[in-house]
Amino acid sequence: MAEARTSTRLTYDYVTRTIARTLGAPTRGYFLLLGAAVGLLGIGIITLLFLLRYGLGLAGYSHPVYWAVFITCFVFWVGIAHSGTLISAILFLFRSGWRTAVYRTAEAMTVFAVMTAGLFPLIHIGRQWYFYWLIPYPNERGLWPNFKSPLIWDEFAIGTYFTVSTVFLIMGLIPDIAAVRDLATGWRRKLYGITSLGWTGANEQWRHYTRGYLYLAALATPLVLSVHSVVSWDFAMALVPGWHATLFAPYFVAGAIYSGVGLVITLLVPIRRLFHLEEIITVDHFENLAKLCLLTGSIVSFSYLTENFVAWFSGNAAERAAFWYRAFGPYWWASWTMNICNGLLPWLLWSKKVRTNITALFVISIFVNIGMWFERYVIIVVSLAGEPFEPWANAVYNPTWADWGIMAGSFGWFFMWFLLFVKNFPAVSISEVKEVLPPPRSKAAKVRA
Amino acid sequence: MPKPFNDIFRPPPTPGVLGIFQYLDATLEAIKKLRAAGHTDFTVYSPIPRHEIEDALDQPVSPVRMFTLIGGIAGCAIGAWLTLWMSYDWPLVVGGKPVGSVPPYVVIMFEMTILFGALSTILGILFNAVFAARRGGKIQYDPRFTNDRFGIFVPASSQEAGKMESLLREAGAEEVRRG
Repeated sequence: MAEARTSTRLTYDYVTRTIARTLGAPTRGYFLLLGAAVGLLGIGIITLLFLLRYGLGLAGYSHPVYWAVFITCFVFWVGIAHSGTLISAILFLFRSGWRTAVYRTAEAMTVFAVMTAGLFPLIHIGRQWYFYWLIPYPNERGLWPNFKSPLIWDEFAIGTYFTVSTVFLIMGLIPDIAAVRDLATGWRRKLYGITSLGWTGANEQWRHYTRGYLYLAALATPLVLSVHSVVSWDFAMALVPGWHATLFAPYFVAGAIYSGVGLVITLLVPIRRLFHLEEIITVDHFENLAKLCLLTGSIVSFSYLTENFVAWFSGNAAERAAFWYRAFGPYWWASWTMNICNGLLPWLLWSKKVRTNITALFVISIFVNIGMWFERYVIIVVSLAGEPFEPWANAVYNPTWADWGIMAGSFGWFFMWFLLFVKNFPAVSISEVKEVLPPPRSKAAKVRA
Repeated sequence: MPKPFNDIFRPPPTPGVLGIFQYLDATLEAIKKLRAAGHTDFTVYSPIPRHEIEDALDQPVSPVRMFTLIGGIAGCAIGAWLTLWMSYDWPLVVGGKPVGSVPPYVVIMFEMTILFGALSTILGILFNAVFAARRGGKIQYDPRFTNDRFGIFVPASSQEAGKMESLLREAGAEEVRRG
């Protein structure tokens, strides 16, 4: 792997100690954040209890909009999950050295985002105790396991993605847990002693580990591209105008990575500041993330243009009506929020000044995610509400407090896991950051590896 | 009575010499010297994987790749079997389409390939790295090896230990321990 430009202060020992320090005693600020996250989760749980008691009507579902904010949130969180594996697997295969400092955060974010996304189909079905009806198994209950339905593909895709990204995260953690085990005392030493699975860094271990990691990355790469494609087919396989497009798979994948990189920036900025990781996560890293954001954002903008062009150029009346309704119908505000946040905002990132300004990036990254949430809202809710096949059935749908309550709960759930993770396990990879440093050599002349 | 778990989790200690190195090139030097002297059963510790160490040790390619391959093929086959068998087990013709139609099932076959491939890769790593590496018994270790030091452990009887100590020291070990 190419050695990255780094300051000379960075030694192996400095890296280990700086990253291990992030696991030190939590401050009051940390408990405040954790408390806020648990509070949001509480709001979500209370809302869910109301939904259970009074039914999904509370969430504003009405004909023809039966896929609404819950499915929007599902797609939003699955999308968030995508940049993690992109950074950890695809950039690993491309041998980009800069990924080492940021990939652990992105990967942890992936796992927790999929965990969050997975809750939404369950909330959406309304009767959570029948969740096992979703699982296809040989017919025992008079239900038809229909493998031709994209919803079942999605189950396999999300299930596989969750499993693989979790084992990928754990695999990457093993050498780092061993490193903090060797510094820890007390109960933590015991915990890390068990969870590091006896890792010592012996050559026999590295030999199998590095090979296995390479194959995991090689498997995760097509997986990450497939998962959001399959999510997009949940829509594209249907006949609803605005959904039924072959463009959907690449368009969704690019959007997913765009929003995911946005959230990685949102999470890394405070982590870097609070844990004093300025020397390890440098402005260069943020600039590279911003470039990734610019690239995927441009693909998303291009997809918007293509979608609208094809709707017009096809001459298909239903398709044209759907896109007209999107832009100038009652939901114009949602469409234009999406267009501005995803179509125009990334253009700011052409400027190096913006890319290297952490505050600007932080603000942009938040708008990226607002934009991407609205993109899913527009695709799902607006396409259904203005469905031009049955104009007499059109109705304006509005989210209710129950939708916002569940959504707040999902943010609480995500941040709770994330905060617990960063305090208990190294949020930056110890061994991989060392990999891009020049190794200690006795000869004064530095040899490039 | 044999106790397989005891052998895996609490192997008996192996006598030998442990050298601790500050520098990578000194470690490589020691590996070369040991190999020239005909040793092959020593263990090299490093905080990160380095290609130089791999090259100096000249190890065969890890068999983990076979686990990945077999897992992937098995997953693909299970995906095909699962979808086709379950379709014909409860045959419903919808929209005049065939009961078992392969194109949509490719998605499931693909996901199962990845799932089984990844899980068997993990098993392959665990099986090889955690268990197989312990065949040599309990060997000496130093907590600095996960931080910033390299190490070489050479199993040696008490007669050979002196010779090993001087070999490691000559190569540039900053500390040598007997155990």
